[in-house]
Amino acid sequence: MTEAVAEKIKPAGKKIGRQSLMMEKKAVLLSTATVAGPKESAGPLARYYDRLCTDNLLNEKSFERAECHMLEEACFLSLGKAGLTPDEIDLFIAGDLLNQIISSSFCARKLALPFFGIYGACSSLVEGLSIGAMLLEGNFAEHILIGTSSHNCSSERQYRYPTEYGYQRPGYSQQTVTGAGAVVLGPSFHEGPRIESITIGKIVDPGIKDPYNMGMAMAPAAADTIYRHFTDLKRDPEYYDLILSGDLGEVGKQLNEDILERKGLKLNNYTDCGVQIYYPHQKVNSGASGCACCALVFLGKIYSQMMQQELRKVLLVATGALHSTTTFQQGESIPGIAHAISLEI
Amino acid sequence: MSQEKSDHNEELLLDEKWLNDWNKQKKPRPPLFKNVVSAFLAGGTVCLLGQLILNLFLYLGVPEKQAGNPTVATVIFIAAILTGLGVFDKISRIAGAGLAVPVTGFANSVTSMAIEFKREGLVLGTGSKMFGLAGSVIVFGVVTAFIVGLISAIAP
Amino acid sequence: MVGQLLFDLTPLTPGHILSGFTVAGGILGGLGVYDKLIEFAGAGALLPISSFGNSLAKGAMSEAARSGILGVLTGMFELTSTGITAAIIFAFFMALVFNPKG
Repeated sequence: MTEAVAEKIKPAGKKIGRQSLMMEKKAVLLSTATVAGPKESAGPLARYYDRLCTDNLLNEKSFERAECHMLEEACFLSLGKAGLTPDEIDLFIAGDLLNQIISSSFCARKLALPFFGIYGACSSLVEGLSIGAMLLEGNFAEHILIGTSSHNCSSERQYRYPTEYGYQRPGYSQQTVTGAGAVVLGPSFHEGPRIESITIGKIVDPGIKDPYNMGMAMAPAAADTIYRHFTDLKRDPEYYDLILSGDLGEVGKQLNEDILERKGLKLNNYTDCGVQIYYPHQKVNSGASGCACCALVFLGKIYSQMMQQELRKVLLVATGALHSTTTFQQGESIPGIAHAISLEI
Repeated sequence: MSQEKSDHNEELLLDEKWLNDWNKQKKPRPPLFKNVVSAFLAGGTVCLLGQLILNLFLYLGVPEKQAGNPTVATVIFIAAILTGLGVFDKISRIAGAGLAVPVTGFANSVTSMAIEFKREGLVLGTGSKMFGLAGSVIVFGVVTAFIVGLISAIAP
Repeated sequence: MVGQLLFDLTPLTPGHILSGFTVAGGILGGLGVYDKLIEFAGAGALLPISSFGNSLAKGAMSEAARSGILGVLTGMFELTSTGITAAIIFAFFMALVFNPKG
């Protein structure tokens, strides 16, 4: 869509620029909960998680069930912290990496709530928060529960190889995080971090065909959304205390910075969730990825820091690699997307 | 496909050439020397082990022409056990092709598929998915052998 | 070593690379070269997947020499039967006993 065409179309009241929305009511993140897998629990952010798991099966029969168990636990923990019962929740929005987002569906079954399942790969959390914020803004709901999960083993066996297969992962590959996160979104008269604006991402496909190179597949989408956000809102990067991308990893983070620098945007306060979850000695190559990557860092550490007023304004840009095993085998590339929300307290 | 990509990427100045250059300069490269040496040592060790097992069978009185068979079977057994114990993939991180190329790799791919898909049941999971990775080795091996066999049978 | 270089330097998957090795083994077998390699290298040439290709080819060829063209079909798995059968049996029993650990 060219600028000329965009000019002719009258944007709806709260839309600014091409892809961004300015919230007036500003939904509040009432409570968050995080459940972390064994490797993540041995990482540097363990003290921010609500529940630490010692194994990746949790006495369940399969990795898929374990993932669902984690998501259910995160959801109930989050509800408990907000002092709400499932009856008081108007809508449940969730997404994960499994085929047909079955983890989310089974969790929704347990919650017995009206449910919208979404798929944004690793950007699911922010996609969910965006949709939730828009619904609250439009008075369509008062309390919305948003959840997301990922599991290293269930992702590996679905997207790549069986977990016991001997394969050398390249240095630019990332480790899918085992974990789940949930957040309750509520009306703006509450205290807490609130969603101030949303920039909805569009698909950007740099033509990467290597399923181990997710960082590079997603970085252009992140750069595009970040650039769009600052252009639409006419802001500078310095406006925020922290700009955080979802799971680009070391390689993707570098690419993101380089692309933006070419466009004249220098980010001095920027880091990535994927590089924070593990210690270097945990040997995860480029870093962490997965829906839970963004969830564990943002809903755990960043939320806590915002509540302590250590961070006042945060831009969260969750990234997703929309990888399909079928089309990949047919020689197609992996498209990326990134959604951004800005939060303030 | 590339036309659709370029419309979006134009704004980001994301042209293929720049991305390729970035790829070459900044993407982490595999530690080639270390990997090749590890593979060499690992492959050598596997074959050494195989040679020892072969000699063992010869010592036990198996005629030379047939000693190869129980040797291969034993090596496959070892690889399968290591896969089952969850150890094979850890060794493989260092050994790379050294474990993948010998028949140990074949055994690992078949065993790991069988174990992984047990959760989908023995029939629909283990049974049907077992050769998911190794299938192409068998298919292409047979096809090649067929062509070679035909040629040898027809040609003098 | 060749395998490792292919793994690291090309975007080919292990499936591609191992299939390639097998095909190579088959062709070398057809040319009669692989046997010499085995004489020289022993287990060093017997164990890689290329020897699988060689055995398939040899089986096809020898049966064809014995009983005519149909031998290509009937003799194919003669030499590789051990490997495939062993792999199936052991994999199956491992699957019964073990669980994936990730």
